[in-house]
Amino acid sequence: MVYEERNTWVGLIVSLVAMAVYVIVVLQQAGGGPLTDVVWWPIMLWTIGLSIVASIVASILWGILAGMRDPDGVGKSDMRDRDIARMGSRVGQAFMVIAGLGVIVLCAFEADWFWIANTMFFGFFLTAFLGGIASVIAYRRGMV
Amino acid sequence: MVKPTKVTNSIRTLREGAGLTQVELAKRIGVTRQTLIAIEQGKYSPTLELAFQIARVFGLGLDDVFQYPKGES
Repeated sequence: MVYEERNTWVGLIVSLVAMAVYVIVVLQQAGGGPLTDVVWWPIMLWTIGLSIVASIVASILWGILAGMRDPDGVGKSDMRDRDIARMGSRVGQAFMVIAGLGVIVLCAFEADWFWIANTMFFGFFLTAFLGGIASVIAYRRGMV
Repeated sequence: MVKPTKVTNSIRTLREGAGLTQVELAKRIGVTRQTLIAIEQGKYSPTLELAFQIARVFGLGLDDVFQYPKGES
């Protein structure tokens, strides 16, 4: 597995775990009451911060392990990696646009800030997750 | 579903004929071994520049390394 594919897998796993943890913590905080009563922003900021740190740490650790087996391949990327990254970004961006439109609609209807922020947050997640899925498929099945 | 390319290539045959390993050829054309494998298997279409580099390693023209079905435009 090449360096960029490893990073894609790390991003994919971390974003999935981060989203799951975020949803669980928010639901726990709500305790069966309305979600809009939850003080969501510290949970969201911690989730974003910790997922960035987790991605970096996991990427470094996986890189060290991969480097033990194939010292030449560590940190190398080429045009195929760039093409796949570009395609993955394009797939992910579509969901960012959908989330942005969702935010505009929610603002128009004066929805609670909880829903506005979380729609955008979910958009970030979908962008990272589905862009990552598209990239992984391209790495495994090919991209022509 | 990934649409397969109509471009085929003889890189694997040529490489084995030249006694080159995937690692060696990948190094000479400046890509990772995984990218060379993807090109050999038709899972990734190389850029025109990379195609020329591959052909040059074998001292051949593009047509001798890459093939495109006749009658296709």
